[in-house]
Amino acid sequence: MAAAAVSLEQIDWENPEQIGLWQDAWLRFRRNPIAVGGLVFVILLALDALFAPLLVNFHVIADPLKQNPADSYAGPSLQHLLGTDYLGRDLLSRTMFGARISLTIGLTVQAIYLVVGGTIGLIAGYFGGRTDNLLMRFVDIWYAFPDLLFILVVVSVFQPSLFVIFGAIGLIGWVDLSRLIRGQVLSLKEKEFVEGARAAGSGPSKIILRHLLPNTLGPIIVSLTFGIPRAIFLEATLSYLGVGIPPPTPSWGIMISDGNQAIFAYPHQVLVPALALAVTMLSFSFIGDGLRDAIDPRMRR
Amino acid sequence: MKVAEAPPSTERRVDPVILRVDNVYKHFPVGGLGGGAVRAVDGVSFEIRRGETLGLVGESGSGKSTLGRVITALHPASGGHVFFEGKDVTKLRGGKLRQIRRQLQIIFQDPFASLDPRMTVGEIIAEPLDNYGLARGRQRQLRIQELLRVVGLNPNFTNRYPHEFSGGQRQRIGIAKALALNPSLIVCDEPVSALDVSIQAQIINLLQDLQREFNLTYLFIAHDLAVVRHISNRIAVMYLGKIVEIADRLDIYDRPQHPYTSALLSSIPVPDPRREANREPIPLKGEIPSPVNPPSGCRFHTRCPIARVPGVCSEIEPPLVAHGRPGQVAACHFAGELSARSATEAGLPSA
Amino acid sequence: MAAPLLRVEDLRTQFFTSRGIVHAVDGISFNVNRGETVGIVGESGSGKTMTAFSILRLVPDPGRIVSGRILFKDQDVVQMNDDDVREFRGNDVAMIFQDPMTSLNPVTKVGTQIDEAMTAHERFSKKEAQARIIPLLQQVRIPEAARRAQDYPHQFSGGMRQRAMIAMGLSNEPELLIADEPTTALDVTVQAQIIQLLKQLNRDVGAAIILITHNMALVASLCQRIIVMYAGRIVEEGPVEQIFDSPQHPYTWSLLRSVPRVDVARAERLVSIKGLPPDLVRLPPGCKFHPRCRFKIEKCEREEPPLEEVAPNQVARCWVMMRNVAQEQREETKAGEVSREAATELKQAGSG
Repeated sequence: MAAAAVSLEQIDWENPEQIGLWQDAWLRFRRNPIAVGGLVFVILLALDALFAPLLVNFHVIADPLKQNPADSYAGPSLQHLLGTDYLGRDLLSRTMFGARISLTIGLTVQAIYLVVGGTIGLIAGYFGGRTDNLLMRFVDIWYAFPDLLFILVVVSVFQPSLFVIFGAIGLIGWVDLSRLIRGQVLSLKEKEFVEGARAAGSGPSKIILRHLLPNTLGPIIVSLTFGIPRAIFLEATLSYLGVGIPPPTPSWGIMISDGNQAIFAYPHQVLVPALALAVTMLSFSFIGDGLRDAIDPRMRR
Repeated sequence: MKVAEAPPSTERRVDPVILRVDNVYKHFPVGGLGGGAVRAVDGVSFEIRRGETLGLVGESGSGKSTLGRVITALHPASGGHVFFEGKDVTKLRGGKLRQIRRQLQIIFQDPFASLDPRMTVGEIIAEPLDNYGLARGRQRQLRIQELLRVVGLNPNFTNRYPHEFSGGQRQRIGIAKALALNPSLIVCDEPVSALDVSIQAQIINLLQDLQREFNLTYLFIAHDLAVVRHISNRIAVMYLGKIVEIADRLDIYDRPQHPYTSALLSSIPVPDPRREANREPIPLKGEIPSPVNPPSGCRFHTRCPIARVPGVCSEIEPPLVAHGRPGQVAACHFAGELSARSATEAGLPSA
Repeated sequence: MAAPLLRVEDLRTQFFTSRGIVHAVDGISFNVNRGETVGIVGESGSGKTMTAFSILRLVPDPGRIVSGRILFKDQDVVQMNDDDVREFRGNDVAMIFQDPMTSLNPVTKVGTQIDEAMTAHERFSKKEAQARIIPLLQQVRIPEAARRAQDYPHQFSGGMRQRAMIAMGLSNEPELLIADEPTTALDVTVQAQIIQLLKQLNRDVGAAIILITHNMALVASLCQRIIVMYAGRIVEEGPVEQIFDSPQHPYTWSLLRSVPRVDVARAERLVSIKGLPPDLVRLPPGCKFHPRCRFKIEKCEREEPPLEEVAPNQVARCWVMMRNVAQEQREETKAGEVSREAATELKQAGSG
């Protein structure tokens, strides 16, 4: 065959808008007003959680722990914008401090989910076979254990403290995440780009961390976002039942429980923390919905 | 079963054997307690010489893609050996396997699934370079750009993501990645079947140019016999996990020995209305059987127009032995009979 | 000559997206006669599928037919109300899609679906429809038709599903059958059977067929006339033998030489069409093919050529026309794909 004239055939393409995948998701997220509303509220909540102690120092709000029995169940006033509780503590300040507990619980627990559930899911999914079988049976057994019972046992053995509550909630919810990740990895590892990575000489750890994890990140983030309100709610439930955060630390669950004693006379004692809890949970759910819609069409052509 | 010794032919054949596939099996267990298995590849043997292109054709379910993955050690073999430059790929593990992989690359069918959507083009091409520590820093950047230029892409687009490219461009990226390790054999698994017609020619020409430029050996897997015949020196035809015929690219069309090859060839339309007016496809009975439970004897006997059933075809499995021209092998008890018959009956081109 | 069965006049179908207006079909006109087989050829994005969807008024959102007429037996499909369109689809015209699984209902028996296709229109009584199911399945050569009518789609192989689709399409004896890449998802031996079947139906039933495909060889096998589309326009049209013998548009010419032929042994290099199909939102000025054309002249970049008669019954949209292109110039289309310079650098880097 005659040597064909070799010339560089430079492809002349139109410049497509150069957009990263996350940028693209953010653009879609921004077009969803409800999700953006949720995000704004959560940002405000986070600022509140960060700076609430500072506000107390500068006397903008009252000390949430300072009792004044003479002033119990006070109505709204300039001094106490939302009134006081049965021990005369400032309701606004306690609600604002309650966000600290809720957010900390929400985020810490997700971190535990991610580490435990993520590791188990990735390993089970990637290695498959007997490893997968063993891990998944373990997950099944773990899943079969009643959540509340598990927490009550843990708390009664170790005494309720912030740390114990984190651990107890964190150790029950990871099961769903590990199943999600395992499923994702199972389908991803059949994709040609994973085989391509192996052909390029990449080992298991590199394939898991460089290829599988980033490609499951979308669903993971969505799942974790939905996990936050669930954890917050669980903490509130535990605190309401009296096995959660030990008093006097302000937690929305405890406040609802306290307010319950006088719910007919002073309904706002329950309404204020309940509303805070509800709006927070809704906000996270809205963000989760928005993220899911924004991240989903990522495999576009 | 052994492949018949191929006698030295008139052309090439001086080149040494680079890949020898020896009685390879790949069975996938079927879930459930029944304990059956999909016999995707069921005893396949052939050789590829350095610098040649062996085409591997077959319809869906023939096991051709699975075979490609066994050869590149992406799937472990269930039995048999794959000797690459004398070393048995199926027996290697760890570091030794990694060293062989440098020489043994693969290009995939689906340009949309074969590139990690979360990585930039630069990262994708750098991955093999980094794995083997072949280039660092500025050297690495230069190498990536050279690879992009070699496959006809703009070297400045290393920071772009795969989704910003068209199918043909992505296939070029996949080729650049396969070239990065300077391999000697590349398994091309349906590299053009997902592309638009006008783009297919670009990629086929590119693969041919690269072969000449870098002295590459190809195993070219495709269902399109026309494309395979265009690019290959020799062609192997697979049916239900077995190779039924291997022949030179000229002989396969002029003197097919296996009735399945004849049927396949007669089924392909050609862009020539006058020829099409006379082309009469050899009809095949029924459907391709399940690879879980392949037919007894010759696997093709259930669909074969010339099978003696009941008789030798449904009872005895024909070995892959020399038939027809030098170097040609076929697994049929009545090799050559159909092509001789149809050449006279249906006006199929002979010689 | 009798009036054509289908007359498409200056049809424009556009999609209104956030990126801008996608000109999917950009002013095309053609006829289909009774009993004729016409192939519409083009790559993805050429507008061939949207042409078919437009004829059936099935253009998906956010697209719509913005202008033009589609006259089926002198009735304008574009102006029909929804009831008439439903009557027209499936009764006068049937469509076969690439993937039969998406157009068959997975939870209904195949026979029942064919029955429903008939009773949805009023051509046949309930009883007649019942009686027709099995003969229809036999007509598309489904073995053991009576038993197979009781099967669900997933129990059929790909080729059999496509046959069932054809049987359903034929159930109301339409005068026009539109087949959109009917064999792309099938193996070649099965493809051959489906094409044989379509040929036979055209001969026996007399239905006109529009075959939409990217495969020139299929058109050669089945069609009498060929329409080549590019960027939403017709760039060449004519009788199949004429177009295959002497294509005048460079795109048609290249397309015919870019695909290897199984019956040709010469290892001739394939003609490659450089670049990519155009972005239908931002079409180039002048001839839409000029950025990829190797024979263009300066005029091609400025002015769009009209569809001009180049031979009896053959029209092409080109300022140059292949008959005016010298042999040496044609050879340039086989240029190398590899930069030798880059290859040399790479080889040095590899060894050093």
